[in-house]
Amino acid sequence: MSTFFVLLILFFGFLITFQIAKASEYVGVLKGEKKNFEQNNRVNGFLMIVFLVLGLIGVYWCNEMYRGKILGESASKHGEQIDTMLYITIAITGVMFVITQILLFWFAYKYQYSEKRKAHYFPHDNRLEVIWTVVPAIALTVLVGFGLFYWFRITGEAPQDANPIEVTGKQFGWIFRYPGKDKTFGKKYYQNISDKDNNSLGLIWDDANTHDDVVVGNEMYIEVNKPVKLIINSRDVIHDVGLVYFRQKMDAVPGTPTTLWFVPKFTTEEMKKKLGNPDFEYEISCDQMCGRGHYTMRGIIKVVTHEEYVLWLAKQQPNYAQAFPDKSPAGPAAPVKTDSAKAAIVTPAPAVTASVATK
Amino acid sequence: MSNEATLHGHPEVGISHDAHHGEHGDHHHQSFITKYVFSQDHKMIAKQFLITGMIWAIIGGLMSVLFRLQLGYPDAHFQFLEDLLGSKWAKGGQIQPEFYYALVTMHGTILVFFVLTGGLSGTFANFLIPLQIGARDMASPFLNMLSYWFFLTASVVMMSSLFIETGPASGGWTSYPPLSALGDASEGSKTGMDLWIVSMALFVVSSLLGGLNYISTILNMRTKGMSMTRLPLTIWALFFTAVLGVLSFPVLLSGFILLLFDRHGGTSFYLSDIFLATTGKALPNEGGSAILYQHLFWFLGHPEVYIIILPAMGLVSEVLSVNSRKPIFGYMAMVGSLFAIAILAFLVWAHHMFVTGLNPFLGSVFVLLTLLIAVPSAIKVFNWLTTLWRGNIRFTPAMLFAIGFVSTFISGGLTGIFLGNSTLDIPLHDTYFVIAHFHIVMGVSGILGMFAGIYHWFPKMYGRYMNNTLAYIHFWITLIGAYLIFWPMHYEGLAGMPRRYLDYSNWISFNQFGGLNRFISTVAMIVFAVQLLFVFNFFYSIFKGRRVMTRNPWDATTLEWTTPIRPGHGNWPGEIPEVHRWPYDYAKDGRDFIPQTEPLGSNENEH
Repeated sequence: MSTFFVLLILFFGFLITFQIAKASEYVGVLKGEKKNFEQNNRVNGFLMIVFLVLGLIGVYWCNEMYRGKILGESASKHGEQIDTMLYITIAITGVMFVITQILLFWFAYKYQYSEKRKAHYFPHDNRLEVIWTVVPAIALTVLVGFGLFYWFRITGEAPQDANPIEVTGKQFGWIFRYPGKDKTFGKKYYQNISDKDNNSLGLIWDDANTHDDVVVGNEMYIEVNKPVKLIINSRDVIHDVGLVYFRQKMDAVPGTPTTLWFVPKFTTEEMKKKLGNPDFEYEISCDQMCGRGHYTMRGIIKVVTHEEYVLWLAKQQPNYAQAFPDKSPAGPAAPVKTDSAKAAIVTPAPAVTASVATK
Repeated sequence: MSNEATLHGHPEVGISHDAHHGEHGDHHHQSFITKYVFSQDHKMIAKQFLITGMIWAIIGGLMSVLFRLQLGYPDAHFQFLEDLLGSKWAKGGQIQPEFYYALVTMHGTILVFFVLTGGLSGTFANFLIPLQIGARDMASPFLNMLSYWFFLTASVVMMSSLFIETGPASGGWTSYPPLSALGDASEGSKTGMDLWIVSMALFVVSSLLGGLNYISTILNMRTKGMSMTRLPLTIWALFFTAVLGVLSFPVLLSGFILLLFDRHGGTSFYLSDIFLATTGKALPNEGGSAILYQHLFWFLGHPEVYIIILPAMGLVSEVLSVNSRKPIFGYMAMVGSLFAIAILAFLVWAHHMFVTGLNPFLGSVFVLLTLLIAVPSAIKVFNWLTTLWRGNIRFTPAMLFAIGFVSTFISGGLTGIFLGNSTLDIPLHDTYFVIAHFHIVMGVSGILGMFAGIYHWFPKMYGRYMNNTLAYIHFWITLIGAYLIFWPMHYEGLAGMPRRYLDYSNWISFNQFGGLNRFISTVAMIVFAVQLLFVFNFFYSIFKGRRVMTRNPWDATTLEWTTPIRPGHGNWPGEIPEVHRWPYDYAKDGRDFIPQTEPLGSNENEH
């Protein structure tokens, strides 16, 4: 019913607007075409300047209003460089924006039709044209220069000591793999993938390197202030690992692994305090359209201290042990220093407890 | 090919008959079918393109209203949606994910291809090329007619995909495989995707037939004295647009054909290492590259945005000059910058792919080439500004839209400098910043340019004027609304908010914009309603608008205004006029304007 009323109101709105428009056309004919034209021209000329002034105020106001809602301080070292680049670009384009918009609407207002004015025959001027070829070219050279300088730093090789983690996207979630104690990812083949046999990545069990690989879903732990290198894969369609607070993004392409690396600056706990938001989490958003659940494809990154990281990794059961609970287990997953600390923590997974015991 | 040869088969427009044509057009009898349906008159074909494009624009716009409703009110239940669309697409009055993705996919495809390519180039290339270069029709009126009918067939196929059980294509207007290749990965990738590919293939055929015709007409059929440097900028722009289309659409078609093979032929061009959870099976395909499709797609996809914006630039250049009563500033620089943009258009496609794992060095080359485009764009903007400077400006509706175009082109162009720089593309890629950027610079600017063209040439098309008051309302609400819709989206993008999400409420990083999204949705609906006002004005004015009483209502110099008020097929009743000067002699030697047909005075220099 309310829909019907909305449509009815809309219809009458149209009708009234149309009648006014038609009436004004008749009035225009009565007033004389010239007078009518001059009046309309003045109104529109005035609106040009109104639009300019209100528009610029609106832009300023919008900036003030949303300043706090866009991303704050970057949580990665790469992000700092990206933010610097962003500010340089905003400054240069902002100046161009204000100057050109003012000129456009100011000229429109200033040079509106007047009987007294004669348009100025001014077909070209080589000097002016050289100026506005060269000046933008210089500004762009600066932007390209800064941009590429940062680009190569960000996309360059990851440091040797970076922790490698494999990230695999699937419809609609994330799978993370840690190389385990041997620091080597075991081989995998997509034909081996089987969710029901607990082999979500298709690891090849004949390769002993897979036996200590830890595979977890949805939550990824990384160490603060330590470079981390993500090796990104997809199991089905193209996804994208979007890390807003680290200012990073990389597609997950089936059959073609990609990489990115960064150094997280703050732990999740620190960010909670910084942002005053107790619910804060570093989220992984899928940034490449991947099907019906695209908008729900959320992963979490827990940035933790070195100790917490070691502890967490120690608690994880290798995928091999999950897939073959009865087989002889392959040993603990992570470099663990004290067996006693570990044994105390590892309670839920009997296979791992057993493995610790045998060790 | 001369005019006579081309038109030989059409005695009703043959030159020998021209002398008999009266001021009021064609005395020869044409049946309804040959005049309005299977017409070979470029003016009628232009109107067919325009009206088909307008119908598509309404449908595409309505889709955006639907998904804005979802984005503004993700929790609300709109019972009328379920009544209208059924419980599969709008269960409980809420738009379902598949349907949301189908809507955004169709909105993009329709607006980019069917409205801003078919509707914009199709209309104005057909209408203006013969009229402004002084030809009686296109080089091949028959191919021209086929071009429209292929376009309409493509439209019918695309439209029919909306009504099939599994729904239309829903993998985004770019249709990246493997998502678009695998029916098991997405409902929309079943029959809907096949229809999408077929429709797009037909569209490419239409575009090629049209484009080849435009190029050959412009190169071969200019009237006496109409050298290339005496062409109005509209024609230059349409020429480069056609060249871009002819060179890049075939690449897109090849990409689609490979996709079709992957879908049904068991090939592995784009597919490799895929396991689908829905079926629990791994596919046999190995060795393909999903990125290959993106290269093929964007090799058209990027020129495509210039295919959209160049005609708008041409129309705007003409309208600005006519209504400032001044020559366009820097004619040769304008042509040169169009040429530069057309060349660079082919060399920048991979800037859509900075985060696909592209080699960073290759990425840097594309950064350089992409930002180079800003130089010719800046030249154009400054030349438009200088055209206004010390003019004597008449704010006709067309002029308002042309000024609006320059404003949005600046705003959207500047944000392109952000996205073209790979460093900044990392955080901004596939966020609302991109949506804001391309909607302002391509969508809004393209459509404002199109409106400028429609208002300016409506008197030539139908011999009547559109209602000015409605046009003024239309302009101001559209311009203000466009900024209110798209400006705030930049901030959402700077917050990293990803595009193509239908509900942000579960995300800690992106749920702070609920109020803003409601605001944007409300403005979008108002702006859409005002477009309907335009549509009404358009059709009402065709039949009831104020009649045009003079041949040259805007006091313009170009050739189309030397034809009768309602020209018949063949355009000029007598000889085609000869051209003696460039098209921008406004305010020269103390005269308001000098038509192109007027010979140079004894002591007059060409500009």
